[in-house]
Amino acid sequence: MPRIGVFVCQCGNNIAATVDTKKVAEEMKKLPGVVYTCDYKFMCSSPGQDMLRQAIKENKLDGLIVSACSPHMHEKTFRKAAEAAGLNPYQCEITNIREQCSWVHHDTTKAVGTVKSIDLTRMTIERLKKNRPLKKIKIPVKKRALVIGGGIAGIQAALDIADGGREVILVEKEPSIGGNMARLSETFPTMDCSQCILTPKMVEAELNENITLLTYSEVEKVDGYIGNFTVQIKRKSKFVDEERCTGCGECIEKCPFKTESAFELGLAKRKVIYTPFPQSVPNVPVIDAPNCPKIQKDKCGACAIVCGPKCIDFKMEDKIVTEEVGAIVVATGYQLMPNERFGEYGYGRIKDVISGMQFERLASSSGPTGGEIRRPSDGKVPQNVVFIQCVGSRDEKKGVSYCSKVCCMYTAKHTMLYKHKVHDGQSYVFYMDIRSGGKRYEEFVRKAIEHDDAMYLRGRVSRVYEKDGKVIVQGADTLSGSQVEIEADMVVLATAIVSREGADTLAQKLGIGYDKYKFYNEYHPKLRPVETVTAGIFLAGTCMGPMDIPESVAQGSAAASKVLALFSADEMAREPITAGVNKTTCNACWDCVTACPYSAIERESVKDRQGNIVKWLARVNEGVCQGCGVCVAACRSKSVDLRGYTDEQVFAAINSF
Amino acid sequence: MSVHTEDTVLQKGGFEPKIMAFVCNWCTYAGADLAGTSRMEYRPNVRIIKLPCTGRIDPLFIIKAFENGADGVLVSGCHPGDCHYTTGNYHARRRWIGFKHLMEFTGIDMRRLHFSWVSASEAIKWVDLVNRITDEVKALGPFMEYKGLKEKAAE
Repeated sequence: MPRIGVFVCQCGNNIAATVDTKKVAEEMKKLPGVVYTCDYKFMCSSPGQDMLRQAIKENKLDGLIVSACSPHMHEKTFRKAAEAAGLNPYQCEITNIREQCSWVHHDTTKAVGTVKSIDLTRMTIERLKKNRPLKKIKIPVKKRALVIGGGIAGIQAALDIADGGREVILVEKEPSIGGNMARLSETFPTMDCSQCILTPKMVEAELNENITLLTYSEVEKVDGYIGNFTVQIKRKSKFVDEERCTGCGECIEKCPFKTESAFELGLAKRKVIYTPFPQSVPNVPVIDAPNCPKIQKDKCGACAIVCGPKCIDFKMEDKIVTEEVGAIVVATGYQLMPNERFGEYGYGRIKDVISGMQFERLASSSGPTGGEIRRPSDGKVPQNVVFIQCVGSRDEKKGVSYCSKVCCMYTAKHTMLYKHKVHDGQSYVFYMDIRSGGKRYEEFVRKAIEHDDAMYLRGRVSRVYEKDGKVIVQGADTLSGSQVEIEADMVVLATAIVSREGADTLAQKLGIGYDKYKFYNEYHPKLRPVETVTAGIFLAGTCMGPMDIPESVAQGSAAASKVLALFSADEMAREPITAGVNKTTCNACWDCVTACPYSAIERESVKDRQGNIVKWLARVNEGVCQGCGVCVAACRSKSVDLRGYTDEQVFAAINSF
Repeated sequence: MSVHTEDTVLQKGGFEPKIMAFVCNWCTYAGADLAGTSRMEYRPNVRIIKLPCTGRIDPLFIIKAFENGADGVLVSGCHPGDCHYTTGNYHARRRWIGFKHLMEFTGIDMRRLHFSWVSASEAIKWVDLVNRITDEVKALGPFMEYKGLKEKAAE
């Protein structure tokens, strides 16, 4: 027979006003298995908890019911108290008679509240009789982290984790880290040069002993769970030995072939052996294999001839490396929506219609024009520039419904940069609304309008076409209620930020969620902004949605602090509310495997002495299982059960209804 | 435990239905807590059983509830897309669609069974839901179809 104690809390007058707590306690005493009951003013107070501990010891209780406030309030408090008295903490259950009884039934005769409290407490007692002692799950943690994406968010996360004394592997798809930020000229609202604030961080990441840079690499496969991930990373062949290369650049100089530069977004050409930009980290060139005649047709090979340390190897192949890590930070960033989708703006058709990112390159001192604003068609300095905002953003029909958040700010920045470089030039901005929420952001936009003479026109552009070497922009100015036609020399489109191509494939490899725009889902949009539903995988930066540099950096640091907190102990303790499989009845139908949202159920083989597989069984990985219980309801043979919410417990509660 | 008979109903002078609610821990349970914190008032007929997720709900729970004297059953969880466990409520919804007809086949009047989404902030929705279901089931009268089945089975 169990020895259960029932403690009914009066919560001052919060419960006692509408529930006769004394009567509840007396009634419960009559139930089989209940050996001790009492009611008390404040169970959660220190004297209340002392009383609880004493009663457990004196009455040799093996189970505990506290009928009080919501378990979301004090379940932990009472379980701790039970543990202190030598009881298994999971032998303590809470009945919610405050939020779901005394506070919602205002009958001061106490009749209604008392009856309901008695019912609820009885159901909890019957449930408790079926409880089994549970132990917190301990999971060993490998104290190394993987950061996917070497943009500013990823760099920040890697640096912070490394500064915390832990090893980091930073994987970047491109030949250099730096991401989209490396393309920017100046940054709002301070007008710092992007390279000036970014490159020191890139170099720091390269030099930090705790950081291993794996550039030109991609994550192939992720296995395991929090604290114990095994990651396969494909290291694409650079055809250059990273160890021996000194970064002298002789090979780039001598390479006779040129192709479009992806980094310069079609505004310039680069050599076939190249670094994306002069400040690349690591400063090791790669060979663009599809465009290299030596690799394709065995002709040329000039780079190998001039290379001093002889580090060029045309036979180099892709490699898969396997890394074991305890946590993963995903910071894969964004890309821009293809502008070709917006035919009315003439992108791709009219040479002088460019994207905002291309304008960044034109304005950048390390860009194709050396920082001079020259239009792509004939290299002339444009006298009239039209900026069109919300190209794709806030456009559910042709683009995306969300706001890309940074375009208002960078367009204001563009008008300023343009004015600073072309003093007699005039900029026009077609906008829907100006969104400049952020520290010193509104002042920045006002400065562009008032100080740098940007002409802001509230309205949309209907058509952009070419006429006599000019780009004619037709649009509406809704504030004056008139049609506008501007003879521009260049048009800049503020294109929507979208998720990176392949974001969904990576999410599926990692087992994390994404929204309909393929931006990754955080665990909770407000309270857990850098965690994912998959424990041990964290997010940072624009892979979650449009955000600016300060936000990305803050998130990188936030993700790093989460990782460091995880790494602060050798083992991680987890609530033992996980599923378990009954091996004797499991018939390997795998319904649970398909139902599990976390891929926590594995297929396990049972072998005989000769090593032949005789049977297959489902096995729950406790490190991954989050305890939702979907598998339990899905199991046809009733072989899976959820600890803490077993069928037995639930049925016991129902049966005592 | 307390099973209605024609007598008890008559004795009380009015029939008070018993409603069992299966709710998820993260949304509806928190929503019901909020109703309390906001000092709202609703019919006292409901008894909540907390589960981690609506996806944990075995259709047998519902049948068992009716067998043990429930006159109405309410199932409620997070809104689609808001599930704490990402997809648990979708499983619950799919099962609901599949088992609806089976429940009807077992002799349960589907007007006694309600499925809803109540988020942690929707205390008012919870209050309205409980009141509405209580009134509806009250109008239907006690659930008598399963009465005595347990005893008969024991014999």
